[in-house]
Amino acid sequence: MLETLVQGVLLGGLYTLFALGQSLMFGVMRLTNTAQGDFIILGAFAVIAGVSLTGDVAPWLVALAVLPVAFGFGYALQRYVLNGTLGKDPLPSLVVTFGLSIVIQNLLLELFSADPRAIETGGLNTQGIALGDAMSLGVLPLIVLAIAVAATGSLQWLFARTALGRSFRAVSDDREIAELMGLNAKKVYALATAIAFVLIAIAGALQGMRTTVSPSDGPLLLLFAFEAVIIGGMGSFWGTLAGAMILGVTQQIGFRLDPGWGIWFGHIVFLIVLVLRPQGLFPKTRG
Amino acid sequence: MTNMPPPLIAVERATAASRAALFAGIALVLVAASLPWWGESSWMREFVEIACYFIFAMMWNLLAGYGGMVSIGQQAFFGFGGYVMLMLGNFAGVNPFVAIPLGALAAGLVAIPVSFVAFRLSGGYFAIGTWVIAEVFRLSFANVSAVGGGSGTTLTALRGIDKATRESTTYWMALACVVAAVALVYLFLRSKRGLALLAIRDNEVAAESQGIPVARMKLAVYVVAAFGAGLAGALYFVGNLRISPDAAFSVNWTAFAIFMVVIGGIGRIEGPLVGALIFWALNKFLSDYGTWYLLGLGLMAILVTLFFKQGLWGYAQQRWGWSLFPTQRKLLHAPGKPAR
Amino acid sequence: MGARQRYHSNAACPHPNPPPEGEGAKTMTALLDTHALKAFYGDAQALFGIDFSLTQGELVAIIGANGAGKSTFLKSLTGLVRAPGEAIRFKGEPIGGLPPGDIVRRGLAMVPEGRRLFPSLSVEENLLMGATAARKGPWNLQRLYALFPILAEKRHQPGTSLSGGQQQMVALGRALMSNPEVLLCDELSLGLAPIVIREIYAAMPAITAEGMTVVIVEQDVTMARQVSRRIYCFQEGRVSLEGNSADLTREQISQAYFGMEAAHA
Repeated sequence: MLETLVQGVLLGGLYTLFALGQSLMFGVMRLTNTAQGDFIILGAFAVIAGVSLTGDVAPWLVALAVLPVAFGFGYALQRYVLNGTLGKDPLPSLVVTFGLSIVIQNLLLELFSADPRAIETGGLNTQGIALGDAMSLGVLPLIVLAIAVAATGSLQWLFARTALGRSFRAVSDDREIAELMGLNAKKVYALATAIAFVLIAIAGALQGMRTTVSPSDGPLLLLFAFEAVIIGGMGSFWGTLAGAMILGVTQQIGFRLDPGWGIWFGHIVFLIVLVLRPQGLFPKTRG
Repeated sequence: MTNMPPPLIAVERATAASRAALFAGIALVLVAASLPWWGESSWMREFVEIACYFIFAMMWNLLAGYGGMVSIGQQAFFGFGGYVMLMLGNFAGVNPFVAIPLGALAAGLVAIPVSFVAFRLSGGYFAIGTWVIAEVFRLSFANVSAVGGGSGTTLTALRGIDKATRESTTYWMALACVVAAVALVYLFLRSKRGLALLAIRDNEVAAESQGIPVARMKLAVYVVAAFGAGLAGALYFVGNLRISPDAAFSVNWTAFAIFMVVIGGIGRIEGPLVGALIFWALNKFLSDYGTWYLLGLGLMAILVTLFFKQGLWGYAQQRWGWSLFPTQRKLLHAPGKPAR
Repeated sequence: MGARQRYHSNAACPHPNPPPEGEGAKTMTALLDTHALKAFYGDAQALFGIDFSLTQGELVAIIGANGAGKSTFLKSLTGLVRAPGEAIRFKGEPIGGLPPGDIVRRGLAMVPEGRRLFPSLSVEENLLMGATAARKGPWNLQRLYALFPILAEKRHQPGTSLSGGQQQMVALGRALMSNPEVLLCDELSLGLAPIVIREIYAAMPAITAEGMTVVIVEQDVTMARQVSRRIYCFQEGRVSLEGNSADLTREQISQAYFGMEAAHA
């Protein structure tokens, strides 16, 4: 049982990284990015492509190089495409991001075929640290967890203690008055998405290292990210982390009971939380 | 005896063009009904498929455009209707054609408990939540071995009937479903309930303050849309004869509905019709290109959303005032002369 | 003579905002002026041609019933409502159609109606938001805390957890943080008790001491007459009265307020 718990927590680390970008974008501009999972997969394939194009440079370096590209891409996407979809009506942003999801999946299919690929880490994904006789903790999952916690803490710090974070909170509270103060909402939104895409790229790289990825994997990752955000409660990054942990543990318990029902069990627990406590387990109340 | 002077303000509900379209539509349906006697069987099969796309899209349009609820999970009801039809046909000895409306009914009923969960969310998160629910449906059916589990099963109940009869009956069934679905949505939207829906869509709080029971109306729309989706699903798998969880509950159904409605125009009754026609044409000529075709569809949806906010049909409506299914009431200052 | 004659001060009750001495008063160029300003919300017209002018150092009040267009006017000045290019001139330059950020950077700031503090930000963070477009000038956090000591006490609390009057102080301070040349105040007294209103207006002299120009929109006509040098009365999107506060009679104001007649004093 303890092993299931631990595996669940480690899995939750990865889910946190899936969910943080989504939490950020929704928090700042109420935008639901239905292509979240597909962008994560795109990030993974970007690293894969980078590794093969540069003649097998270490994947970590390639991943690091992808980060600023992701930043710029996210900025441009928000500035020139997604900003035009914001507003009271959720349909335009949903349709556009959904359309992006289709475009990415099919583009990746064309470029890479449907075969699953992985990022070679020289065995890192199989290494483990033994904890006594009973358990072994994977090194890579531990790294993922560490990165997840660091990312959550950094985002929290960014929002609470920096001028940019203040801008994010202000523009999400009241865009009109924020603009009255001199903020350029369009640019603030673009920065938020840029940061979200850095997180997406990190998540993609780690996903590709941990397991194989294929072009149609995106939607499932989106659902996990979304469930983590809802279970944890909107408005709080640590809440998202907690939600991701709970989701991870729930899925592991499900897999333990019956391999065919693992993901189903996670969905069911999500729906139960939704019915019993729709605001999530750790929501931040807003004025 | 004095005549009453003509009213200064009259309400006009139909344009001359729409009256012509109604007659043309009836004529078209009669001609179409005769198809099995002079047309090829492949046409009938194609029609059944397009009919399913169209009904599903029209119901998605009702839910999103008029109910204000954008769902990425309507395929849950599509597949559910299909599976219920199959189970009734294979296990309960019900005639599959009769089982089609029963499947639709089942989908409508299951929408009620589903709504308890789904309505906890709103906006973009409602959309994804419905997707999760659809996934639960898919995974659940994929684990039921009685209907073939993950690989699905065939509709054995139609085995005894000869091909020609089966195909014609399926075709007429599809035609009937299309007419029924269009009539249902059209009459619903023209009624007072339709006006109430529009009021809710425009401003929920104001509508509530006018005494409109918002929650009940939203549930009503959700159930009707589920019924319609189930109808399309049951019909589809009667035509297809084979069902599997991945085909029944695929998110592509909603994707296609979104394309059809967004291209044709959200919230307008002719939108799904125009969208379905365009979609069918694209499908016919480009689906061989597989991924590029889908990629093109995705790009088209993005561009239309960004630049033609009313959809292509909506653009035409605004530009040239076309309207085939008027659900609006135009205020006239003097009879016969439009206000504008 | 009409209301535009020079005001003769009463030494026993000095006016808080006396006009500058000398004939030069009449020929000063307007710091801010509007010409036939119209404003629309969609298809509905809210302003039907407002002529307004403001000279440096004045405190001008705009009064009028609900829906008269007062807030719409201020929103047009600050760019929250679209205005045609030449209709508004600030320091001689047309500012109509500019985004709000540009306008506040030029030195025109507003305290919005209803305070509209950011709920997710603390008192101090709300004030700091005002400094986004900070210009050179005397106003900073210390000075604000000196003016409103209660805010210093509550600086880390969420902005919206304060009382109405305290929130108004924050909103006022937030606008001051950009060191504007013209400060627009939309209904400072809205929803506040009289004693609190007096407390807030007691801060006005400190604000105008260094020559800041202020426009207040007020429901409270008495307060408006007390603190301002000139008054505009709006009625259904038009200026129904304009003149020096000291010279206008109660009767003239009532008539203009309720729209008996377009009065020109």
